[in-house]
Amino acid sequence: MIKKDVLIIGAGPTGIFCAHQLGIIGLSCEIVDNLDKAGGQCIELYPDKPIYDIPAVPECTGEELTTNLLQQIKPFNIKFHLNERVEELKKVEGRWRVKTSGKQEFDVASIVIAGGVGSFEPRKFPLKECEKFEGSSVFYSIKDKTVFKDKTISIFGGGDSALDWAIELSNISKVNLIHRRDGFSGAEASVQKVKDLNDHGKINLYTKYQIDSVLGNGKIDSVKIKHDDGETKEFKTDYVLGFFGLIMQLGPILDWGLNINKKTIEVNTENFETNIDGIFAIGDICTYPGKLKLILSGFHEGALAARGCFKYAKPDEKLRFEFTTTSKAAQERLGVKK
Amino acid sequence: MTKINYITHDNQTHTIDVQNGLTVMEGAVQNDIPGIDADCGGGMACATCHVYINEEWLDKLPTKEDGEEDMLDMAFEPKQNSRLSCQLTVSNELDGLVVNIPSKQV
Repeated sequence: MIKKDVLIIGAGPTGIFCAHQLGIIGLSCEIVDNLDKAGGQCIELYPDKPIYDIPAVPECTGEELTTNLLQQIKPFNIKFHLNERVEELKKVEGRWRVKTSGKQEFDVASIVIAGGVGSFEPRKFPLKECEKFEGSSVFYSIKDKTVFKDKTISIFGGGDSALDWAIELSNISKVNLIHRRDGFSGAEASVQKVKDLNDHGKINLYTKYQIDSVLGNGKIDSVKIKHDDGETKEFKTDYVLGFFGLIMQLGPILDWGLNINKKTIEVNTENFETNIDGIFAIGDICTYPGKLKLILSGFHEGALAARGCFKYAKPDEKLRFEFTTTSKAAQERLGVKK
Repeated sequence: MTKINYITHDNQTHTIDVQNGLTVMEGAVQNDIPGIDADCGGGMACATCHVYINEEWLDKLPTKEDGEEDMLDMAFEPKQNSRLSCQLTVSNELDGLVVNIPSKQV
């Protein structure tokens, strides 16, 4: 069990900056995020796209913003728990116990939800029947490719993940690659490679086809695909893999009893606390009259939420307002005191 | 103002006056038309404002950028008449446009 003052859910810019603000006022925290890296939407959706409205930064990319924020919190040695999603929440003797998908357990005085528009999850097949095969013969990511050795694999998608895995698995498996159009969004070199492999019979490429149905009992025996013009094909397959990018879903947070309004959490604007004492929400995931979904608003919300956390972490102490320019305590925490 | 007809999955038609210059996605979100999520806010980065365009309107719309077609690969049940509504800017030429909202976005 990890005991800290605060648990931050979400490692986007808002969550990272909130960690900074907690550090400045002397509170400890750790951060959980479902992605495999910090940065949230900035890193997942637009790492290379410019942002023009960060105060005092005329232009930066999502990746630069993330790098700079991580640099800014370095003095606090904050631990990130990546590839983990929060699952359970329980109140124990006035503190919060949170369990993650990675079986990590936290004991914290308060929680700051900086979850953006939800955690990123793989986008799945529209077919309901794929659900019952998920994890046995339908996969949306690959952890151990050796299970596919000498098997027949049907990969759906036209992005880099679909192409890269089709190429990689064609060395050890019989690969069908199915995509809804002739064009691909993946790298040109990979597209060319896939076409070459198709010409040499190493991959069976089917374009303008989409999944129609999967057949099997307990595990998949065959998959049926449908062409744009209505024609269908059925072939034997051991595994079906779908690579359709990521979607964002609120997940278990929905069941925590928070006031949710159109996929956002209602908060007060004094300290961004939710209807539940000790649970705060900041950034895109929170809503209040006048809410703007800007990164700069998330920074402001994080600064106030951090101070809101103080009374739960140190109920017997009073928080004094100080500037980092002159505060000895803050400068000590930052490790810059001369 | 331009009239845009949003047909939701329950077959209800919502005819909305949308200000020229806004996108078809914004017209839906600002008027609480259900079924358009627009998680990324119009950045062509999420495919959750996916709509089907009625046949007669297809060739009257601006052609898709590559990025839009790439995102549509990720959409829920994309078809040949699929578009991202965040990429359709409302103008007089689109008066009477009919878009169908899919049963879900994810």
